[in-house]
Amino acid sequence: MKKALPYIIFVLLLCWHAVLYAQDRFPRPEFESGYVYPTNQMPTQRAPVWEYFDVAVLISALIVSTWLALKKRSRQGLIWMSVFSLAYFGFYRQGCICSVGSVQNVALALFNDGYTIPLSALLFFIIPLLFALAYGRVFCAGVCPLGAIQELTGFMPVKLPKTVEIILASVPFIYLTLAVLFASTNSQFIICRYDPFVGIFRLDATYTMIIFGVLLLLAGIFVNRPYCRYLCPYGVLLNVFSRFAGKHLTITPAECTNCRLCEEACPYDAIIPSDTDQNREEPEKSRKRFILYFLLIPLFAITGAYILYYLAPALSGVNGDVRLAREIRMEKETEIESVSKAMVAFKESGKTEIELFAEEEIIISRFKKASPWAGAFLGISFGIGMISLTIRSKRSEYKPHQGRCFSCGRCFKYCPIKVQTQNEA
Amino acid sequence: MTEGTNKYQSRRDFVRRAGKLIVAVPLVILPVALTKKTSAAGYVWQIDPFKCTQCGQCKTNCVLTPSASKCVHAFRMCGYCDLCGGYLRQGVKTISTGAENQLCPTGAITRKFVEEPYFEYTFNEDLCDGCAKCVKGCADFGNGSLYMQIRHDRCVNCNECSIARTCPSNAVIRVPADVSYMPKDAGVVKKGTNE
Repeated sequence: MKKALPYIIFVLLLCWHAVLYAQDRFPRPEFESGYVYPTNQMPTQRAPVWEYFDVAVLISALIVSTWLALKKRSRQGLIWMSVFSLAYFGFYRQGCICSVGSVQNVALALFNDGYTIPLSALLFFIIPLLFALAYGRVFCAGVCPLGAIQELTGFMPVKLPKTVEIILASVPFIYLTLAVLFASTNSQFIICRYDPFVGIFRLDATYTMIIFGVLLLLAGIFVNRPYCRYLCPYGVLLNVFSRFAGKHLTITPAECTNCRLCEEACPYDAIIPSDTDQNREEPEKSRKRFILYFLLIPLFAITGAYILYYLAPALSGVNGDVRLAREIRMEKETEIESVSKAMVAFKESGKTEIELFAEEEIIISRFKKASPWAGAFLGISFGIGMISLTIRSKRSEYKPHQGRCFSCGRCFKYCPIKVQTQNEA
Repeated sequence: MTEGTNKYQSRRDFVRRAGKLIVAVPLVILPVALTKKTSAAGYVWQIDPFKCTQCGQCKTNCVLTPSASKCVHAFRMCGYCDLCGGYLRQGVKTISTGAENQLCPTGAITRKFVEEPYFEYTFNEDLCDGCAKCVKGCADFGNGSLYMQIRHDRCVNCNECSIARTCPSNAVIRVPADVSYMPKDAGVVKKGTNE
């Protein structure tokens, strides 16, 4: 060993040299004319301080939105807030960073050692949730640029059949689960990749995403806020947090008189009617059903976990390295040379197939470890959703559904009580 | 009747309070769990020139048009050759500045005589569209002094860089915001000062 040491050091030195001057084919000139090397301009990015300015804008926008929705009860004010957020977070900041995508940064940071989350991203994730826990989804009302662009284009609300609404409303849960799964395995940020409106903010995106965004906006004219209701993964979290909000927007400023004028006001199906005059089911019967569904939750969770565990190898295909490894295996099987850019780059990189296959194994095993949890989450959410469909608690007033309500304030003008108080004043 | 309402009311309150606690706890734990994994300065995207395979995807896969990634010249690595693999097309008949001889499709590279037999190659960044043809040429026949870098005056710093998503050699990586560029001649410069 001692004898070999100098040689090892020599080889290491050679390697060092090879790294530095891998392509140093031609000797660098020694100028005699006093030539001075030009310097490259390396323009710096926006100073990090501005990230915290964004956070400050976020907090102020949330405070103003809360005030407008809960205290001032001004729909017009919320529309102006939407315009501001669309202009600032959308068109000026070009949609990055946004709270919706920050879910993935958090997931990536939680489960990967190599990644440290920028503080601003963490704050963008937490602050709207805190507001939701305190005052409901005021973030959706006038701060989220994605919500704002849809709120401003929703002119002719059309209600969907209840069944369709329920089925479509379950999509965000799946989207959130997959997004967290893919981010936590360091594979892809699908929320950012399939963000339909960021292309409109930047006036530049892939052709398909522009089409998707425009179609969604066109659909949103009739089925208002389609992204928020049927896709937004952050909305799932806001929905859950908002259900336990301490204070929430109310339809009426005083006491509800059950005049039923607001019944059709909400395009998001988020007004729960009072049920004083409805025949109620026997408590015994509904209690039995509640217990049955409650006991079924573990079953749903296990089923979900099993399904996603079974799908894990297929899902791992979103990871580029796994795809490359599969391509190499396919190339060997079919004996047709692959000319994809990834393949060419791999062959040039000097990485061995064994290394790549080992990496692939690790990624797939991570997917297998994570996916049962994701499946269990989906199963439990499904179970709780089933329960909430069967529960009808006794209400003597018209109230917004705290989970579904975007605090957009469309219902304010339908309530006659406000007009009376104004007249009195 | 009033008793019944009270019962429902108190049960509802209980569920609400319990739920509030259940969702609030993770929200408090999260920043605590991530304290060591949080950076105040944040990250930017940059191309590692030693991993780059000059495939040219930077030009088309950036969310911006033209791309935020452009060619940079590490002058200290350049051989200042007359016959330049990054400037001239392969198999040119004459070594001249004629447009038909130039490799760069936008004519962003200018060539200037320094002293016998050396020529300096400089870039007009406004013209460069990041196609990486010259970078490929310089890597294949040259010192590899041309390399791609993401220009931070243009980059909008997407949460996930769309070039990184498709980069076949995983050369586009997150770097701490105070680093922001990965000059290819960093080692050469350092060596030069040591000597």
